[in-house]
Amino acid sequence: MSGQASARPMPVAVSRWSPFVTRLDRSAGAVFILPAVLVILTFSIFPLLASLYVSLTRLSFSEGGVHLTFVGLNNYAKLVVGIDRTHFIGVTVPLTPVTGAVLAVVYGGFAFLLIRYLRGPGATVLGFVGRLFTAVIAGGLIWLVVDTVLTSGRPGTLVVTLVYVSVDVSVQYLLALGLAVLVVQHIPGRRFFRVVFLLPMMITPVGVAYLFRMLTDTSKGPLYPLWAHFGLTDVSWVTNPWGARLAVMIGDVWQWTPFIFIVLLASIESLPVELNEAAVVDGANRWQLFWAVTFPQILPATSTVVLIRLIEAFKIVDLPNVLTNGGPGTATESLTLHAYTIWRALDIGGSAAVAYMLLFVVTFVGITYVNLFRRRVTAMA
Amino acid sequence: MVVSYLLLCAWALVVLFPLYWLAITSVKTPLDVNAGPFYFPFRDFQPTLESWRYIFVDLGEDTFRPYLNTVVVGLTSTTITLLLGSMAAYGLVRMHYRVRFGAIASFVVGLAAGVAVVAAGGPWQLGAIGGFALFLLLLQTVARRFKRALGNDDIAFWMISQRMLPPVAVVIPIYIFFQQLELLDTWAALIIAYVASHLPIVVWLMRDYFQSVPLELEESAAIDGASRYRIFRSIVVPLAVPGLVATFLFVLVFAWNEYLIALFLTSANAQTLPLTVAAQNATRGPQWWYMSVLILIMIGPVIAMAIALERFIARGLLVGAVKG
Repeated sequence: MSGQASARPMPVAVSRWSPFVTRLDRSAGAVFILPAVLVILTFSIFPLLASLYVSLTRLSFSEGGVHLTFVGLNNYAKLVVGIDRTHFIGVTVPLTPVTGAVLAVVYGGFAFLLIRYLRGPGATVLGFVGRLFTAVIAGGLIWLVVDTVLTSGRPGTLVVTLVYVSVDVSVQYLLALGLAVLVVQHIPGRRFFRVVFLLPMMITPVGVAYLFRMLTDTSKGPLYPLWAHFGLTDVSWVTNPWGARLAVMIGDVWQWTPFIFIVLLASIESLPVELNEAAVVDGANRWQLFWAVTFPQILPATSTVVLIRLIEAFKIVDLPNVLTNGGPGTATESLTLHAYTIWRALDIGGSAAVAYMLLFVVTFVGITYVNLFRRRVTAMA
Repeated sequence: MVVSYLLLCAWALVVLFPLYWLAITSVKTPLDVNAGPFYFPFRDFQPTLESWRYIFVDLGEDTFRPYLNTVVVGLTSTTITLLLGSMAAYGLVRMHYRVRFGAIASFVVGLAAGVAVVAAGGPWQLGAIGGFALFLLLLQTVARRFKRALGNDDIAFWMISQRMLPPVAVVIPIYIFFQQLELLDTWAALIIAYVASHLPIVVWLMRDYFQSVPLELEESAAIDGASRYRIFRSIVVPLAVPGLVATFLFVLVFAWNEYLIALFLTSANAQTLPLTVAAQNATRGPQWWYMSVLILIMIGPVIAMAIALERFIARGLLVGAVKG
């Protein structure tokens, strides 16, 4: 490099700097990614290890301050088999014909998928074990949901959170996709709608929670005539477990649909128009145009935003806390709120254990989602 | 067309009605709020600016200081997050990384040594330096012998997995962290914490937007002799503007509205607006009228920003570039 530089008449400044510049260019990979990695590393490792340690201890007050006693896996055992089982997992009941049938269908589906994988080309032992593991855990979670929701049992915070996440994210996604498709059309007033649809996301979550508490009030809220018509003014509808859960989910959908909406919108808007034009020339109608041209192209963005929403939805806390205070009983309590309430009761270890349980579940859902769905989608694109 | 309008208007109504309710609650007297649902000012009740006066005049300084804090922390942390995050996202899209398991193992050993030093009562500076030195030593010697490595997708998943732990679990360690650095109740603490917690989202979203930038453009620029940085700055970033704007908007919104971390890291000086909103839930129950005013003045600037930036989320920016 330097030889080349001296052979040709070049400004001194350039020849002095160019080795540095080329070296910088060669290490561009590191320069691009290292700042972010270092920042995330610094702020993830310490809290992760600290809360793992805390989850294995119990806080006790002794003379001269507080003390953390190591108790092993006690905090976890308490949640899964001990006194907090009804709070965390819920009240489970023996199988009924209905739940048995539902579970049989689900497990049959899993078995079918596993067998199909084994018969297919490229099946490996590791791949099979991984899929079997996934199926067993997913089957366990589905059993919990079915057994506490469809029966006379009572869902615990784990099940309630799973219900919140699955309902919220799917409703939000469908709504957001529909809205995004509607506002990319060239119609008058589209800019107005675009900005308006973003508004709910901009309100601080605590504020949204109080706003919905105002709106759902059956005696002073704006829907009073409706409640009066059905004679429901005296029964606060948050006394009904499913009514209360529905209120929480409506609030969450209202607030977070814009998030998926704007990502999908930006994704559709950045697609090249040539493909659309070609499809129109070939005589595709709008329905075909969307499903055959637009939808496959926004799948990568879709898979990303759904993953982010999944992770964030698991951490739902403000709405149940402010709207219903987790009640009636613990019917609307999410895992994060569960961790928060026992943390306020100074059971720091138990709180950290709940948080780690949440981490396990989210990690499981996240990895399964990435392996089964996202990899396929991004490989296609 | 008519159906489109009906659907759009229906959802707009769903979105706007709660906001309308906020607006009229902010001009009601406490008595009117509690007396039952009144829908229209002047007809159902006499509007008053009493709550607005209370927030701006009586609270005065206690409203403006959090406001300034929110603006400064929000804008600064969002800008930094977007810068670092889009660089990392570009790296993950266009370059190949291999992180060897040996390197990770060395890091863990170094970290464990550092933690052990601190746990044994040593000064944290010694632990940090010693651990880092051990990490470098192992990296240069042992780590090179391992072949298996993590790729780009694994790095990306590791990043997003940082958002999986609920804030309740991480907030105390973060509090201790900033306490050690003596940064509690400062802008710096909030900015650093927000950058770290929002980075993964930026990386993931920008990855998709960068992916859709045509590779041909970058290749032709590289042939013309442009460096990686120049390609990134002059070609990739301008073409990903719709995505950048969308990402900017909601990272700003996240930082603007964040509650729990702010609750722990700030007290009087660096307090942000979400805390002020939550503080209106007094012992006599939530004071809806003050809350409404605060929520409204909180979303004002963000709405202005959204209106100003919305035009950039539009088709056609990329098309012109490819043809030109």
